[in-house]
Amino acid sequence: MKTLYLLVPLAPLAGAILAGFFARLLGRAGAHTITSVGVAISFVLSVIIFQDVQAGHVFNGAVYTWMESGGLKLEVGFLIDQLTVLMMLVVTFVSLMVHIYTIGYMAHDEDNWPAGSKAGTHSYQRFFSYISLFTFSMLMLVMSNNFVQLFFGWEAVGLVSYLLIGFWSVRETAIYANLKAFLVNRVGDFGFLLGIGLVAAYAGSLDYATVFAKGKELATMTEAVTGWPLVTAICICLFIGAMGKSAQFPLHVWLPDSMEGPTPISALIHAATMVTAGIFMVSRMSPLFELSDTALSFVIVIGAITTLSMALIAIVQTDVKRVVAYSTLSQLGYMTMALGASAYSVAIFHLMTHAFFKAVLFLGAGSVIIAMHHEQDMRKMGGLRKYMPITYATMLIGAIANAGLPPFAGFFSKDSIIEAVHFAQVPGAGFAYFCALAAVFVGGLYSFRLIFFTFHGEERFRHAHEDHGHGHEAHHDDHNDHGHHGSVEPHESPKVVTLPLILLAIPAIASGWLIGTILYGNWFGNAITIAEVHKGMATMAHEFHGVFGMMAHGVTTLPFWLAISGAATAWYLYIARPDLPAVIKQKLAFPAMILEEKYGFDRFNDWFFAGGARLLGRGLWKGGDEMLIDGVMVNGSAGAVGWFSGLVGMIQSGRIYRYALAMIFGVVAFLSLWRV
Amino acid sequence: MISLSHYLILAAILFVISVIGIFLNRKNLIVLLMAIELMLLAVNINFVAFSHYLNDLSGQIFVFFILVVAAAESGIGLAILVVLFRNLSSIDVEDLDSLKG
Amino acid sequence: MEFKTTLFYIFSTITVLAALRVITARNPVHAALFLVLAFFNVAGLWMLLQAEFLSLALIMVYVGAVMVLFLFVVMMLDINIERMREGFWRNLPLGALVGLLLAAEMAAVLSGRYFGIASLPPQNLPANYSNTKELARVLYTDYAYPFEIASVILLVAIIVAVMLTLRRRKDNKAMHSSDQVAVKARDRMRLVKMAPEVELPAAAKEGDQA
Repeated sequence: MKTLYLLVPLAPLAGAILAGFFARLLGRAGAHTITSVGVAISFVLSVIIFQDVQAGHVFNGAVYTWMESGGLKLEVGFLIDQLTVLMMLVVTFVSLMVHIYTIGYMAHDEDNWPAGSKAGTHSYQRFFSYISLFTFSMLMLVMSNNFVQLFFGWEAVGLVSYLLIGFWSVRETAIYANLKAFLVNRVGDFGFLLGIGLVAAYAGSLDYATVFAKGKELATMTEAVTGWPLVTAICICLFIGAMGKSAQFPLHVWLPDSMEGPTPISALIHAATMVTAGIFMVSRMSPLFELSDTALSFVIVIGAITTLSMALIAIVQTDVKRVVAYSTLSQLGYMTMALGASAYSVAIFHLMTHAFFKAVLFLGAGSVIIAMHHEQDMRKMGGLRKYMPITYATMLIGAIANAGLPPFAGFFSKDSIIEAVHFAQVPGAGFAYFCALAAVFVGGLYSFRLIFFTFHGEERFRHAHEDHGHGHEAHHDDHNDHGHHGSVEPHESPKVVTLPLILLAIPAIASGWLIGTILYGNWFGNAITIAEVHKGMATMAHEFHGVFGMMAHGVTTLPFWLAISGAATAWYLYIARPDLPAVIKQKLAFPAMILEEKYGFDRFNDWFFAGGARLLGRGLWKGGDEMLIDGVMVNGSAGAVGWFSGLVGMIQSGRIYRYALAMIFGVVAFLSLWRV
Repeated sequence: MISLSHYLILAAILFVISVIGIFLNRKNLIVLLMAIELMLLAVNINFVAFSHYLNDLSGQIFVFFILVVAAAESGIGLAILVVLFRNLSSIDVEDLDSLKG
Repeated sequence: MEFKTTLFYIFSTITVLAALRVITARNPVHAALFLVLAFFNVAGLWMLLQAEFLSLALIMVYVGAVMVLFLFVVMMLDINIERMREGFWRNLPLGALVGLLLAAEMAAVLSGRYFGIASLPPQNLPANYSNTKELARVLYTDYAYPFEIASVILLVAIIVAVMLTLRRRKDNKAMHSSDQVAVKARDRMRLVKMAPEVELPAAAKEGDQA
C-alpha cells in the first residue's frame, strides 16, 4: 500500500521532469502522452486508495526524515484519511480532464509567440510539464502529515501558478499578473509562516498528530509577545495564509489578473485546486480552529465580505473569463463561511462540487474563446448556441449548478452552507447569513447573464467582424488572429476539448447526490473535529431527510426563490429587454463605477504598496547606497585617510629648521606634562 | 643669602633665552650655534650649583665632560657650516631643504 | 647685603643682558663677542660657587678656543647681513610665548621649598681646600674610563673637522702607492689581432709603371 501512496504524487512528477527536460526528444505527442498517463495513473491509484480508506484503513506515517534540528523533526510523510482521499480524487480527476483538454486547446500555441522567440520553443511541452508539476505539488500538499510538507506544497503550487500565469512571458500584462499573484500570495504566506512558527515554538513539533493532541493544552496558553490567546493567534495566522492562497478579501486582487494565463490553468488552478488549498488547510486544522471562537468569527466575516463583494463585481464584467473568476471568488467566500460556521464537511463538499462545475464553466469558456478566434469580450459574442451545442449544454449545466438550483450539485452544497451559517452562533454569523442570501440572488444573476449574453440573443460577432480588419488589437489578452480562414462562422470545438467538458459535467450534476453519505453519514470520521458547542452540523443532520427530501424542502426556502429571481432578472435584462442594461448603467453611474474599479483595490495597492516600495527603494539607493555607503563609508574613509596623511605629512617637511622647532615644542610639552 | 634656587632660576632664564634665540635666528646659522652654546652654558651652571649645594663633586666632573663634548660639537658644527657655505653660499637655515618632499 | 650677594646679582645681570644681545645682535661678530662676555661672567659666578678649576677652564677652553673658532668662521664667511635680518622680528611672538611659558614653569618648580635656603644651606669649606686637587683625585680614579673616552671624542672631532673641510690640490703629483699596487694588467695593456700586411707580386708593380 505504501508504494501506492508514493506513486500517486511521483507519477505526475516523473511526467513533469521528462516533458520538461526532454522536450525536444519527446516532441509534442510524446510530452502530452507521458504527462497524461502519469496523471491517469495517479487518478486510478487514488480510486484504489479511496476504496481502501472506505474499508477503514487510515495511514499516517513518515516516509523520509529530511532533517532534525533542535528537537524539531522535518520529514516527508503521508496522512491518508477520508479528507485526503477526497481531495486526491478531485485533484487528479480535474487534472486529468485538463490534460486532455489542453491537447486541443494548446494545439496552435506557436501562434501565440513572436517569430524566433526563444521562450516560445517547445512551449507546448513546457505547458504540460508545468501542469503535471502542479499536480505533484498539490498532491504533496493534501497528502502531507506535517506542517513542513504542507508548506512545501503550498509554496510549490504558488510557484507553478506563477510560472503558468506568466506562461506567455512575452506579454507585459501576463508578467504583471504573475508577479502580482506571487507577491500577494507572499503576503499570505508570511502570515502562514508565522502560524507555523507559533506551532513549532509552543507545541514543539510540526507533526499534525502531535500538535492536535496538544490542542487542549495550547488552548490555555497565551502568546508571549502580544498577550493574545495562543490558539487564536495561531489560527488567525494560518488563516491569513489561506486568505492569500484562496483569494479572500483583501488578498483577492491576484485572482482576476490570473486570467492572463491560458484557460486550462484557470480551470485547474484557479478554480478547482490551488485556490481550494486554503479551504483544505483550515479543514485539516479543524481541531485547532474549534478551540478559538475568535478565529472562527474572523473566518466567517472575511468569507461573508468576499462572497457578496465579489459577486457584485461579477455582474459588470465583460470578459467571459473574468465573470467566471469573480464567480470563483464568491464561491470561495461561501466555502470560507462554511468553515467559520464549523461546518467543515460542508465546506469540503462544496469544494468538491464547485471544482466540477467551475471547471466546466472555465473549460467551456475556453472552448468559446477558441471558437471566437481568441476573442474574450462577451459583447462581441451572442447567439452561439446554434453553433456550439455541446459547449452550450455543458455550460448551462455549470451555470445552473453555480446558481444553486436543484437537482444539480450546486444546490445541495450551497444550501447546506446557507443553513450551516444560519445555525452558527459565532459573532458575525448574522452578517454572514445576510451576505450569503444576497449573494444567492447576485449569483443567479451573473451566472445566467453569462449564459444569455454569450449563447443567446443577436449574433454580435458578425458586426464585430466588419471592422475586424482595423484595430483588431483589442485591449484583451489571449487573442491571436488565426488569419481569416475561409469561414467566419464559429464551430464546435474538437473532441479533445468537448470530451472533458462532458466528463466534468456529469459530476457537476450528480455529485450533489452524495450529500447524505458525505455530510451526514459520518464519512469524515476522525479527519474533522467539531466542538460540542458548535451545534450547526448536528442540527442539520437532525433535519436532513435524504436527497429528495432536501430538494422538496428546498423549493420552499428563500435561497431557491432568490436564485430563481436572479435568473429571471438576467433573462429580463439580456433577452427580453437588452437595451435596459445600458440605461441602468447610466442611471446608476456611481455604483457602476465603483464596481468596475473593483472597489479601488488595484489602484490603492499600486499607489501605496508598489509606489511605496519604489520610493523606499529609491531612497535607499540614493540616500543609503550612494550617499551613505559610497560617499561616507567608502569614499569618505579614503578621503579621511588622504586628509589625515596630508596632515601627518607636514611633519616630514624635509626642512631642518622645522625639526628643531618640533624638538623645542616637544620639550615644552614634556615639561608641562611632567609638571602637571 | 643666595640659595640654590637663585642659580637654578638664572640657569632657567639663560636656557629660555637660548630657546628664543633659536626661534628668532632662522636666517643665521652661526647665531643658532651660539644659542646652543648658551644652552649648554645654562646646563653647566645648574650642575655646578648643585655640586656646590649638595656637596658632591660629581656635578663638576659632569661639567668637565660637557665642556669636552661641547667643544667637539662646536668644532664639528662649524666645520659643517664651512662646507655648507662653500656649496650653498648662504647660511640661511631655510635654504637647507634638500630633503623636502 | 653681603658682598657675595651683590657680586652674584652683578654677574647674573650682565650675563642675562649679554645673552639677550647675543641673540639680537645685528652683526654676528658682535654676537660672538657678547657671548664671550657672557662666558666671562659665568666664570665669575662659578668662582662664587667655589668651582675654581672649572671657571678657569671655562675661560681657557670655551673663550680661548671655541669662541675664537667661532670668530674665525664668522669672519671667514662672506655673509650678507641685510638679507639675514629679514623677517627677524616676525617670529618673536611665538618665540616669546614659548619662552615665557618655559620660564614660568621652570620657575614654578625651582623656587619651591626643596631648593630653598632652608633645605640646602651652603657649606663652609676649610681654607686649604683645593678644588683642583679634589677634582683630580676623583677624575683619575672613579672617572678614569669616561676620561679616556672624552679624549677619544676629542680625537674624533679633530679628524672630522679636517676631513670635512679638506680640499685637495688638483695639481698635486704625489704618488698613491695603494693605487699603484692595485693596478691590473687589463687596465694597462690590450692585445689586438690584425691581419698581416701582404706584399703585391713584382710583375704587377712593373706592369703598372709601364
